[in-house]
Amino acid sequence: MLRLIITRVFLGCLTLLVVTLLIFVATEILPGDVASAVLGQGATPDTLAAFRIELGLDRPAYVRYLEWLTNALQGDLGVAMTNKRDVIETLTPRLSNTLFLAGYAAAIAVPMAIVLGVLSAINEGKFIDRAANVLTLGAISVPEFFIAYILILVFATNLGWFPSLSTVYADMGLWDKIYVVALPAVTLTLLVMAHMLRMTRASVLAIMSQPYIEMAFLKGLPRRRVILRHALPNAAAPIISVVALNLAYLIVGVVVIEVVFVYPGVGQYMVDGVTKRDLPVIQACALVFGGAFVLLNTLADVLAILVNPRLRHPR
Amino acid sequence: MSIHHSLRNPPLSAKIGIVIFLFFIFCAVFAPLIAPYGEAESVGKTWIGPSAEFWLGTDNIGRDMLSRIIYGARMTLGVAAACTLLSFLIGVTMGLLAAVAGKTVDQVLSRFIDLMLSIPILVFALMILSMLGSSLLTLVITIGVLDSFRVFRLARSIAVNIVVTEFVEVARLRGEGLWWIMRREVLPNALPPMIAEFGLRFCFNFLFVAGLSFLGLGIQPPFADWGGMVRENGRSIAFGIPAPLWPALAIALTTISVNMIVDWILSINARPSGASAEM
Repeated sequence: MLRLIITRVFLGCLTLLVVTLLIFVATEILPGDVASAVLGQGATPDTLAAFRIELGLDRPAYVRYLEWLTNALQGDLGVAMTNKRDVIETLTPRLSNTLFLAGYAAAIAVPMAIVLGVLSAINEGKFIDRAANVLTLGAISVPEFFIAYILILVFATNLGWFPSLSTVYADMGLWDKIYVVALPAVTLTLLVMAHMLRMTRASVLAIMSQPYIEMAFLKGLPRRRVILRHALPNAAAPIISVVALNLAYLIVGVVVIEVVFVYPGVGQYMVDGVTKRDLPVIQACALVFGGAFVLLNTLADVLAILVNPRLRHPR
Repeated sequence: MSIHHSLRNPPLSAKIGIVIFLFFIFCAVFAPLIAPYGEAESVGKTWIGPSAEFWLGTDNIGRDMLSRIIYGARMTLGVAAACTLLSFLIGVTMGLLAAVAGKTVDQVLSRFIDLMLSIPILVFALMILSMLGSSLLTLVITIGVLDSFRVFRLARSIAVNIVVTEFVEVARLRGEGLWWIMRREVLPNALPPMIAEFGLRFCFNFLFVAGLSFLGLGIQPPFADWGGMVRENGRSIAFGIPAPLWPALAIALTTISVNMIVDWILSINARPSGASAEM
């Protein structure tokens, strides 16, 4: 088991390295040249050449990649092109904001999705299952901003319970923060919970159709015991990977939500960077999102190995 | 009760889905004929509420919301459809190639796609669009290529099961070429299970384009498109004006209607052919 985990972690690190390479290739080697992208169409060949040298673009790509990578590993993500501010200094508070929002949403979504998913799998075809099916299908089908704007219209504008913009400061109290971020967190929760619930239901149902579950029922065990003792331990691995997979989805879903609520997180930073074609900012944010994505996927696999009862004893 | 019977008699949900989807297609095709005002025509003040004159009110610079939504159907549906077609063209070709052309090609293609999928698709798209700019062509190619990675996986897994059947073996022994086997033996058998997937990928791309436009990085003005319209009118919600909800509702209705149709197709496919419709 230990060997499996070590292999998986090693693979995760390797993927992370590939991610950095992909980010670099996508942003620097694609035909769209940074210098002409930043300076626009009015640039003369002379200014273009000067700007390229200023950016270090006259050197070969692999040298620049290695330099960028070693700097990034040491926590130096460069300076933003537009306002000349250190990227890592802007990024750190924004990252903690994004993690707060994502963690907030996950804290509500994960337990609810698992409980409701197992419940609707147990009551397959009954009312609660059908209701959950229709509601989650609805939540998956509509765009994030649709849910967000409806929540704003109802709870912020009409009822006035919550603010419509989630402005947070560094020295804000925790309860204030929880209150201000409630609407974006609920929007995210609805989105992620829908996916999670459906996949949890599907993986429990897949286990429930196994022969050994039928055997347990035929032995005359009560339904509760069959589900809690026989089905759930084996369903845990798929459920955990479902959860981690959807948390990875949450990382990306956060981008649109942050823009709707003008929440100062990494997602908005990246969108700003893309609009202004600020290369170091884009690379740094992509690194954060890509890294989180790889991390969660690796974590999912490791946890799945850990809880799998079949791998508990060495063969 | 045959498969043809269930094809001719879709359930109510699928009927509703088809009607809504055809309605939006109709709007897209005949936009200039049915829209009461022009696409970019300024007709009144900012954010007038719904009235007999402007059924859905006006937008942030006084254009008729209903007309914008009708015209917007063209861009929004058209771009999503183009992306999905491109993604299936690339994804299915590569997937079948991986299944038919042997182990080395399969390994190389599959590992490459695995790596490409290790970055979230939105982050990938944002990076590429920031470098290349959001022209319509770049948008379609970027999303089409990124989405084809997912299509590849499905196409490959379906094709792998077809490649081991006798009739492919016979074609191989007959000396047919790679391309012929892909096109004439594997493709016709791989397509039916891919139809539902086409609908799902369309939904995904549709929401994705709308999301990018909402972020200001997708379809660019002056073209009307639903995601961009939500963005332009977003601020009005703080004054209690539901202007951004109309285009957002159009997006939601489209994806829900396609999902309803896909559910129906899936339920037909899941049934063994000739089995009773009550199953």
